[in-house]
Amino acid sequence: MNPRLAKAVVNGVLVAVSAIVLFPLLWMLSVSFMQSGEANAFPPPLLPGHATLANYEALFARAGMGHYLANSLAIATAMTLLSLAFNLSAGYAFAKLQFAGRERIFQTLLGALLIPAQVAMIPLFLLMKWLHLVNSYGGVIVPGMAGVFGIYLVRQYARSIPDELLEAARIDGAGEWKIFLRIVLPLLKPIVVTLAIFTFLASWNDFMWPLIVLSDQHWLTAPVALAALSREHVQDNELMMAGSVVTIVPVLVLFIVLQRYYIQGLLLGSVKG
Amino acid sequence: MSSQRAAWTFVTPAMLVIGVFFGLPVLAAFALSLTDFDLYALADLHNLRFIGLTNYVEVLQAPLFWKSLLNTTYFVAVGVPLSIAASLGAALLLNSPLARAKGLFRTALFAPVVTTVVAVALIWKYLFHTRYGLINYTLGQFGIDPVDWLGDPHYSMPAIIIFAVWKNFGYNMIILLAGLQGIPVELYEAARIDGASAWRQFRHITLPSLKPVLLLVGIITMAGYFQLFAEPYVMTLGNPLQSTYSVLYYMYEEGFMWWSLGRASAIAFLLFALILVATRVLLRIARRGGDDA
Repeated sequence: MNPRLAKAVVNGVLVAVSAIVLFPLLWMLSVSFMQSGEANAFPPPLLPGHATLANYEALFARAGMGHYLANSLAIATAMTLLSLAFNLSAGYAFAKLQFAGRERIFQTLLGALLIPAQVAMIPLFLLMKWLHLVNSYGGVIVPGMAGVFGIYLVRQYARSIPDELLEAARIDGAGEWKIFLRIVLPLLKPIVVTLAIFTFLASWNDFMWPLIVLSDQHWLTAPVALAALSREHVQDNELMMAGSVVTIVPVLVLFIVLQRYYIQGLLLGSVKG
Repeated sequence: MSSQRAAWTFVTPAMLVIGVFFGLPVLAAFALSLTDFDLYALADLHNLRFIGLTNYVEVLQAPLFWKSLLNTTYFVAVGVPLSIAASLGAALLLNSPLARAKGLFRTALFAPVVTTVVAVALIWKYLFHTRYGLINYTLGQFGIDPVDWLGDPHYSMPAIIIFAVWKNFGYNMIILLAGLQGIPVELYEAARIDGASAWRQFRHITLPSLKPVLLLVGIITMAGYFQLFAEPYVMTLGNPLQSTYSVLYYMYEEGFMWWSLGRASAIAFLLFALILVATRVLLRIARRGGDDA
């Protein structure tokens, strides 16, 4: 094939595939600005005839979406901060500190990755009920405060820290926590960002566990509320698309801004495993 | 040994969280699966009885379990190869030296991965709408009659598979792209000098080099796809005629609609065993393939 033609074909296919992949998201945005019932037409309209914010107004004023988004934000933020604290310290210790049984414990943790989270969900629900954490932020946050994947990610990254650096600090009489906070954490900065965005996105998008542990409307996260709303408003597509927009846009923007870190973590977590 | 003690203070908090909120529940789930834990036991633990393997026997005799297993297996058997094929195709395109603006395309193709399942499932539910959906409209342009995607038991699972491929292919695309970039350029140069066609280069250099990555991606994707739940929950409620009812959906309903928590735990363990067996099979196939090569 002649090189210019080949180039046109490769890039043409990329443009076409990207357009198809992005189309549902763009269309969601377009429909969210349509008048109620406007999308129920044949052929389906691509752009709103008269763009309106009515769906967003209804979503926040009547359906209480602002409250659910605030729930999601609070839960995802708390989970991110807590899991950073737990996973960074543990991952660093598995990489750089000596203690009896270190390798065996770490291997056990990796083995636990094989067990699907759903196996634990039923007793976990009973445990949460016993702790009075059902229908509370805590019920969603507490089980996710530390995770094997996060610890693994930090350990992989922290192994590149030179031992001499830590030894020198110890000789200077610095305590282990001081070394961790002053020397190690700054070096771990890229993986801190990676872990933060991973945890935040996973928490924001999570569905099954919040669905189980939150049943009181007051505590619902945005995805759980959206699923419930869609059952009430089966016909109101424009409203539901507005609901999808406000649920997706925060995570999409976060990803686009920090994608370098996200993709780095994705590769660190799988290929080098 | 103060440094030992310091190390433990770093590790213990995370270990406690994982132990109490994951390890313990997993063990408890097994114990629970051997009891008749239900709404009465939930009210008063004195109503709890040890019933041995009865839950497993009953689940394995329930037609609905086999139905859900068949549906889930269908989703995995068709969805995983399709997803990986899409990922590989996209990775090959992005890896082509001819491709421009790679970063932009990569972001575009990856975007669905970070979206919220529930929200995008609602979009696709509407795209699949029999009368007003854009998919049937597009098919209509090619003279194809409208398909009742989410209302016809023959098309409901294919619709969910199409949605899942769209949602997930970007993840493996990134991993495969890294794998492609790790293949030495010299291999292709040597092949080109020998006059090997693009297809033969793909068949004899790209695929064998990618094999370990493909296996890894296959196992991760398969384990994930066995956990099908949110898609049917939002798009079809497991219908029509329970054609999209998955094993996890069954566990969810047994556990949190009927509060048969003992039986739901047994279902969870059966799913776990299924994933382990499927992983073993995949590894064995890969190893056998390796011997031939």
